[in-house]
Amino acid sequence: MMWDYCANSLDVARLRGATYADVRVMHQRQRDLTTKNGQVGTLGQSESIGLGIRVIAQGAWGFASTDVLTREGVAACAAQAVAIAKASALAKKKDVQLAPEAAYVDSWQSPFLKDPFEIPLETQLSLLLAADEAMRRVKGVTLTETNMQFRKVDTWFASSEGSKIHQRRVVSGCGIVATCFQGDAIQKRSYPNSFGGQHVLGGYELIESLDLLKHAPRVGEQAVALHSAAQCPERTGTLILGASQLGLQIHESIGHPIELDRVLGQEANFAGTSFLTLDQLHHLRYASPIVNVVADARIAHGPGLGSFAYDDEGVPAQCIDIIKAGEFCGYLSSRETAHLIGLQRSGGTVRTEGWNRLPMIRMTNVSILPGPWTLENLIADTDEGILMETNRSWSIDDRRYQFQFSTEIAWEIQGGKKTRMLKNPSYSGITTEFWNSCDAICNGDHWQLWGTPNCGKGQPMQTMGTGHGATPARFRNVKIGTAFSEE
Amino acid sequence: MGRTASKRETGGEALRDERELRAVAANVLRLAKLRGVREAEVHVEEVIDALTRFANNTIHQNVAEHGLSVSIRTVVDGRTARVTTNRVDEDSLRAALENSLAMAASQPKDPQLLPLPGKQKYRALRRFVGATATLSAEERARAVKRTCDLADERGQVAAGIFQSGQSRTLLCNSRGLCATYRQTQAEFSVTMQQGAATSWAKANAADVRAIDPIALARTASEKAERAQNPMELAPGKYTVILEPAAVLDFVGFLFYDFAATAVEDKRSCFSGRLGKTLFGKNITITDDVYHAEQLGPQFDGEGMPRQRVVLVDKGVLRNLVYSRRSAKATHAKLTGHGFPLPNEYGEAPVNLVIAGGNSSLEEMVRTTERGLLVTRLWYIREVDPYEKIMTGMTRDGLFLVERGQIGRGVRNFRFNQSILEMLANVELLGETRRASGEEAFEMVVPPMKIREFQFSEVTKF
Repeated sequence: MMWDYCANSLDVARLRGATYADVRVMHQRQRDLTTKNGQVGTLGQSESIGLGIRVIAQGAWGFASTDVLTREGVAACAAQAVAIAKASALAKKKDVQLAPEAAYVDSWQSPFLKDPFEIPLETQLSLLLAADEAMRRVKGVTLTETNMQFRKVDTWFASSEGSKIHQRRVVSGCGIVATCFQGDAIQKRSYPNSFGGQHVLGGYELIESLDLLKHAPRVGEQAVALHSAAQCPERTGTLILGASQLGLQIHESIGHPIELDRVLGQEANFAGTSFLTLDQLHHLRYASPIVNVVADARIAHGPGLGSFAYDDEGVPAQCIDIIKAGEFCGYLSSRETAHLIGLQRSGGTVRTEGWNRLPMIRMTNVSILPGPWTLENLIADTDEGILMETNRSWSIDDRRYQFQFSTEIAWEIQGGKKTRMLKNPSYSGITTEFWNSCDAICNGDHWQLWGTPNCGKGQPMQTMGTGHGATPARFRNVKIGTAFSEE
Repeated sequence: MGRTASKRETGGEALRDERELRAVAANVLRLAKLRGVREAEVHVEEVIDALTRFANNTIHQNVAEHGLSVSIRTVVDGRTARVTTNRVDEDSLRAALENSLAMAASQPKDPQLLPLPGKQKYRALRRFVGATATLSAEERARAVKRTCDLADERGQVAAGIFQSGQSRTLLCNSRGLCATYRQTQAEFSVTMQQGAATSWAKANAADVRAIDPIALARTASEKAERAQNPMELAPGKYTVILEPAAVLDFVGFLFYDFAATAVEDKRSCFSGRLGKTLFGKNITITDDVYHAEQLGPQFDGEGMPRQRVVLVDKGVLRNLVYSRRSAKATHAKLTGHGFPLPNEYGEAPVNLVIAGGNSSLEEMVRTTERGLLVTRLWYIREVDPYEKIMTGMTRDGLFLVERGQIGRGVRNFRFNQSILEMLANVELLGETRRASGEEAFEMVVPPMKIREFQFSEVTKF
């Protein structure tokens, strides 16, 4: 049935004058569970099914979508996409050019052990309520929150070039947060990460592996303890970032700037552009020589939110070198943009939020490769520094130069030892200066593929999950504490 | 429920007749009754939207969508859950209903869960404009082409969007409540780039005829030209003149702090501050869905009529907003600001109006010895939730004001500034207008002249 909708819409597009068309029928299911202060908060499930078709006619793009999955409905949608493309041609400078790609016929399902939609809701809620209670038992905690989210998305992709690809991706995520309001301040701690926790391409086994009940008391205790901790000092000095914070640092200061649509000005009105102009490729010393970063969508890289078999243009998943021994050497590209940087083929990074959204360049798994250090040795090797963990806020300019991050918690390092806890930690810098100051990266034992489930881009806005493999790393001469500066 | 191809191709697609949505809702409530469910709520929403996107002086994306969703909530024995689908055949609706019942039954009883509300009365709102609903892809493309031609003529590069859409929402429950609302919305946003300098303008309205794309493009173009070769200034405290979009995006981050549930949860910056003077006497903030320049339905997520609420009166925090649940829990008057249930957040004001003053933007500039004119703020995030310190960047047009004149462009700054302090430092307010930014939802706000705005670092452009 789904393939019939695809074929029907491609036929109509071709008859109406499209020179290229691709279509996605998508069936999206989602379950959201939250608790707050021992009560169930959100308890909902949703499903959405529909078709989106993208065409080139008269050399210009058009896209239309519909949830009327009938022969007439999809035909009308395809006709509308062609009509829109012809309207686009009214303000066209040159014809769209697509990099060649072979046609594929395939079916793929992301690996998972336990389908989260088959796990009884009672089991899921009772785990969240137990973790919630374990945090509330800590004296001083004023607000406890937990969440789980599961998604299952089936995509039937077909193109006028002959591809027919079915993919099923299952995503699971969860997190817990304790907040403490005391005096005139609010402090909080999260596990395993802030802003929704950890999310992977996988099943309920993720939730079980995170052992929320073991970590809940510590999360509550640290939220309270932060009130008595010393203020993070303002200075220029040595910074060690925990793995999840480094993951977000990669996302904001490497992942976004390498999106070729941003570089080419296509996102100038909203998400912004990039300092990585085309002349920087293979010339810019992005980072210190120990830094290697890849954009790897292959499942072999790990169960990341940016892992798949084919992107939403039907291009197979690939691993692209982004930074090699510190040198900038690759962008995230699409079939439309590949030729602009001399590539014969798209890097396979085009994805869509849903059937009613246009696929666009998105981060896959943009990850730093591990170095040789253990965290223990790295701390022992640091005379004076600050170790920051778990993001609290993030902000970067619209060309991705200047950033400021703050984290939930930090520890002072003195004489090679992790000492007192610090509150309100923050740091800031200029992207390339910061990455060039990296002088130590921890090893694969500390490396984890973190999921960012809420990356926004595009107009209309699309939310996408991205993956970031990261491990603790050390940076020198970093501005620390500027967010709370009195000057 | 059929749609014709000819209408789709013009881009002027029509919403279904309201009776069709009512039939879907009635079907859900009938199925619930047959199943023996005493309390069910159904929310039907139809959205038609189209957006033409341009960059590098050409259209590069051009999209349209049409969708219908049905959201069903059941309440059984102190338990509730919501299931949403976009399949409206009877089997799918029955499956969604059963799923909602099964999910509701899977949780512990919630002693604070209220029964569904009964029938309500609503004030009529007319926010559906035919000219917006029938705007075609060709009309959007022609307006975009004029913008791109202007950029070409001036040696600039244009990027932006022209969006138009319409929606209808219907909320009914098994106790006889039935609320309906429809609106249109159009938006034009443009960024003009000249060399390394950029500027930006944006408007949003129910009536597309209230938006003048070429006038917005000219404004952005002129400011981009003026922003050439920006100078670098040292970080520090500056007098700033914030244009309405900058005010909106910054102050918009206060919206959830006004929720009674946020105060009860002790995560609001207003916890322990109700009744206190927090801002200058020139600051009055209301939530008013009935304001002529606002959009959005006159009822909340449970179907309760939204009330106009004075949140801040002459600098004093007077009121919060309430859902049915938070009003009952705190013995306060219901204001009709609840989110759809079940949720953990409670409520929020979503139609903020900040009262204006008598000053014009020109007067603000004329009376400034040394300061900065800010077009827009960007990537604003919370640094300190109780002092409400926010960080972010200036973007798309920052200008030095000296001796009463707008001068050169200035390299963009990062700020770390408390909203609470900022609203205590407002020296002048201009005329209110519906403003549109990218960080907060649309609000009705004035431009503001503010002393001692804290910039902490400078970027490279």
